[in-house]
Amino acid sequence: MEALVTLKNSVIGSNRQKSSVISQGVVPRLLQLMSEESLDPNIRLEATITIGSLAKGTPENIDSLIEKGTATALVEMLKTVPLGSKLAEAALCALRSIFSHKPAPVDALPADMRLLTRLTQIAREDSQEARTSVIRVLAVWCSGTVEQEALTCAGACSAAAAMLVVPPRSVPSPSRLVPALELLAAMCFKNPNVAQVALNTRHGDKSIPELLMCLVSRDKPLVVALKAAKCLTFLQRAGALPADDSRIVFGALPCLARLCTKENTEDIRASAAEVLAYLTEVDTSLQRLAAISNHLMSSLADIVNCQSAAAKQGAFKCFASLGANDEDIRKMIIETHGLMVHVVNGLNNPDPCVSLAAVRCLHSLSRSVQQLRTTFQDHAVWKPLMQLLNDSPGPELLNVGSSTLCNLLLEFSPAKEPMLDQGAVEMLCNLTKMSDPALRLNGIWALMNMAFQAEQKVKQRILCCLGTEQMFRLLGDSDTRVIMKMLGLLRNLLSTRQHIDAIMSEYSSQVMQLVRQAVIVVLEGSYPAEVKEQALCILGNIGDGEKSKDLIMANEDVLRKLVDYLAHPESKLQEAALFVAGNLVWRGEAGAAARQQRLAELGLLRALKLLRASHHAAHLHDKVKTALAQFNEFT
Amino acid sequence: MKLRKSEMAAIGSGRGTMDSQNQVQSDTVDRLKLLYPNVNEEETPLPRAWSTKDKFSYIGLSQNNLRVHYKGGTQGPGRRPHLPYLHLRLWMYRHGKTHRDAASVRATHPIPAACGLYYFEVRIVSKGRDGYMGIGLSAHGVNMNRLPGVGRFPPGWDKHSYGYHGDDGHSFCSSGTGQPYGPTFTTGDVIGCGVNLVDNTCFYTKNGHHLGIAFRGLPPNLYPTVGLQTPGEVVDTNFGQQPFVFDIEDMLKELRARTRVAIDEFPLPDEQGQWQQVLHRMVSTYLVHHGYCSTAQAFSRATGQPIDEDIASIKNRQRVSKLVLAGRVGEAVETTRRLWPGLLERDPDLLFLLKCRQFVEMVNGTDCEASEDGANGVATSVISHTGRPHKRSNGVAADAAEEGGGRDVDMAPAANGDHEEADASSQRASVERMLAFGRELYAMSQKLSQDLYHKSMLEDAFSLLAYSNPWDSPVGWQLEPVRREAVCDALNSAILESQGMQWSSPVEACVSHARSLLRRMSRASLGACAFADLSALLAR
Repeated sequence: MEALVTLKNSVIGSNRQKSSVISQGVVPRLLQLMSEESLDPNIRLEATITIGSLAKGTPENIDSLIEKGTATALVEMLKTVPLGSKLAEAALCALRSIFSHKPAPVDALPADMRLLTRLTQIAREDSQEARTSVIRVLAVWCSGTVEQEALTCAGACSAAAAMLVVPPRSVPSPSRLVPALELLAAMCFKNPNVAQVALNTRHGDKSIPELLMCLVSRDKPLVVALKAAKCLTFLQRAGALPADDSRIVFGALPCLARLCTKENTEDIRASAAEVLAYLTEVDTSLQRLAAISNHLMSSLADIVNCQSAAAKQGAFKCFASLGANDEDIRKMIIETHGLMVHVVNGLNNPDPCVSLAAVRCLHSLSRSVQQLRTTFQDHAVWKPLMQLLNDSPGPELLNVGSSTLCNLLLEFSPAKEPMLDQGAVEMLCNLTKMSDPALRLNGIWALMNMAFQAEQKVKQRILCCLGTEQMFRLLGDSDTRVIMKMLGLLRNLLSTRQHIDAIMSEYSSQVMQLVRQAVIVVLEGSYPAEVKEQALCILGNIGDGEKSKDLIMANEDVLRKLVDYLAHPESKLQEAALFVAGNLVWRGEAGAAARQQRLAELGLLRALKLLRASHHAAHLHDKVKTALAQFNEFT
Repeated sequence: MKLRKSEMAAIGSGRGTMDSQNQVQSDTVDRLKLLYPNVNEEETPLPRAWSTKDKFSYIGLSQNNLRVHYKGGTQGPGRRPHLPYLHLRLWMYRHGKTHRDAASVRATHPIPAACGLYYFEVRIVSKGRDGYMGIGLSAHGVNMNRLPGVGRFPPGWDKHSYGYHGDDGHSFCSSGTGQPYGPTFTTGDVIGCGVNLVDNTCFYTKNGHHLGIAFRGLPPNLYPTVGLQTPGEVVDTNFGQQPFVFDIEDMLKELRARTRVAIDEFPLPDEQGQWQQVLHRMVSTYLVHHGYCSTAQAFSRATGQPIDEDIASIKNRQRVSKLVLAGRVGEAVETTRRLWPGLLERDPDLLFLLKCRQFVEMVNGTDCEASEDGANGVATSVISHTGRPHKRSNGVAADAAEEGGGRDVDMAPAANGDHEEADASSQRASVERMLAFGRELYAMSQKLSQDLYHKSMLEDAFSLLAYSNPWDSPVGWQLEPVRREAVCDALNSAILESQGMQWSSPVEACVSHARSLLRRMSRASLGACAFADLSALLAR
């Protein structure tokens, strides 16, 4: 016993002593003393306190403690030790210190209902110190859906709620409130079930959102207000509160906007911007509200200027969220003094988190046609972006970056030309080969945008680079959106007469194969009407070319399909088919009579006449008449 | 500490009744008083409506001068002149499109600095033709033929005019060109304007959302101001009589907390920073002052504070105070005469005060069964001060003080014995004695200078006789034991003064000093005075 007390006194407050004690191999013995139930409680207590002191040492100290099974031993002990005892408190303290270390040994604490119930009981009833400790441990531990649900079943919501009460006229203590708020946030994060439980949990006469509402007020310590606003945000995003709930609109949002202002410390501002970004990520009304709240734009622009990566990241993310939907807000962002320079600098930031956030911001802003034409061009944002994407980016960066590229490659964007020179085509073709459907979609989408009204050499380059094989593969993609964009690409490639003929002359066999694939597979498969419409439009485009007409005419099954679609119940498919037919039977061109003859044989004429008689297709009658007029010899 | 409580009771007691009177008023109307408790409206009235005089003629007021509408000039919208079409267009363009048509109105009073944080809200009832509306502040004398914030050319001519304009959302600060500030506003929006008088900034809110600080470095004594420019524009105003859309209370709480921290953390020079010493001294002098003799002695032993006054003298004062507080004023007067001869003769006003109280206590005692106060033996005080000299006055009061150390208004029944005697003596005799005493008192008042104070005191006291149940009468408040305290303090102060000591204790001097400093701050336009809550600070 005396030896224990001496040992305890020697290690308290001295990291050197701690290291030496640990290296001498005393820990297993201490653990044994601590866990042995038959021993004198005082000896167990001293051993536990000593372990707790060791756990306050250097990260290496904690690592070796964890290695020796300290966390597990403490958890085991908590299963049996009487509640409210000094021993329980000491054990919790030690466990808290160990869990404060990263990475925390979360595996040491199994999702065992009996244990968790016991812990939440401590969190409700025990001494203040024990409650705070256990809540902190649980907050660190709660990192996934399983943990969230388990804690909720064990009643952690009400335990946290009990900790959130601030008695009137007393100064709120962050050390008590912050762990409870962190636990609540961790439990509700992206978990609608838990958020719903939290919404309905009451303590005294107040529900959790009401308690949180009290904590976001201006007279509370900043860190408390921040964490409370974060909880409200998570409740909202998990669907427990609507976006127009007064506790969001007048509680969380203004609080976060206030915390972003210059008066506050950098880390508070950084976290506030990050939470605000999450809060406003989806809802347009919240974006509009945030945009006018407390000069948020200039606050954020100022945060971007901060040194720390976390601050820059938070601010860029927040800009990205705010500008996601509303053109006016995007304009406000761009007009914020000197912001574009910072975005471009952010793209070049060595910290991948910052560059990712900057790309997100850029992506959001790139939805604005006006910005694409002006500001983006002035700052040549495509340069650092291309560089980032060529520089073996992470999957997330690749995703957001390629989405941004899609927008930059829109026809009216002046960035299109220089990006081609930088090897954009090759990069995008590679994207279409990725296993992630989102990336394939972005790749093919960007190519489609690029091919729109492009010069012939660009189209040829895309055809060469992508290759027919890859195109076939994309036409059979598991993701309908990819097929849609692939068809769109074909349609863009095969537009305007000269291009069609030029391409057909060079690639006739492949292209025809492709078209057949497109038409047969797509038209026969169970795809949505939009996809089929695209396929028919391609046929129409080909039918416009002089030589390429023959290629269609040679394909009997395609022609039969065409006739079938004229009688299709979906009117846009009828219209598309009519467009193809119209192009094929056009009189002014060589061989028109032969084509008309052939098509009439296949029943096109009859189908057209039926269409003319149909009441449902009244809006198509003009076009039907034009088409029929071509057949004058037969009518 | 046990002392703390009685100390507070003593300081707070005088105010207790005043508070309850205020309560009655605020329940009926005044939210403004609750918002700005430190504003003395006799000195600096709060803006409660728009001024009917301080406005440009194009402005019309209605609904208790809280609604403002644009009525235009003599050729207003209702009297459009008959002109050919083109000329009419020109007239339309000019009328209400130029700054010349702008018109503003100021509130009746400037914003008092003692508000600390001032706030008002304007609801746009109708944006009228073009919604050229401005909301803000201006100093006295600024030209009203323009929107708030818009200066004359050259800019800056009209100093101290600040506005937020609905058509473009810009903020204007005494100039013709605005700064981008916030969103535009229009029909249905509620725009709030807040003035922080601590750091002299101004912010706006839209539909309850804080838009951020618009102006800094504001001068004092600005008036709430709105300006309109085109026909049909109508706005309603809430100067605080109704609940606000914006949660102003939240900001008030923040400022209070901030002021409190500033006070707590205020650095002091070293020699004055020895709190312990200063506080001990204050407590000790306070105890001595009010004659808590044995407590003072114990305190002095524990802290090593010297006591300047002779212990016997403190005990004497204590004894007299006890008597007054127990309602035995007659005995108190006798004791005072004996211990400090000549004191009451030199101070007839004090004597009159005591005698008046004595009369009230006599009334208090007449109906001894009806009231618990009567059971305290007060009824016999008149009789006994002649009949039973000093039988208990040395014993009871002193002993009680030794034991308890603190005094309380609800005294332990000190005079059980008196009852029987009181019962025995006929009621009539006591009434007669009372009347005789009253005549004596009246004669005495005639000799004193005839001021209103004495007169009303005597009238109030005599009025008690007019009611069969004086306790339940409109003048019954006089009978409350708490009323004895003021008399007791006056006597105590007089005794101390006659002994050449301070007539008030340093603690009380300190509190009233702080109060008067706050008043001075408010006169000097220092807004922080609004958030220094003295009673809250002392309660800690």
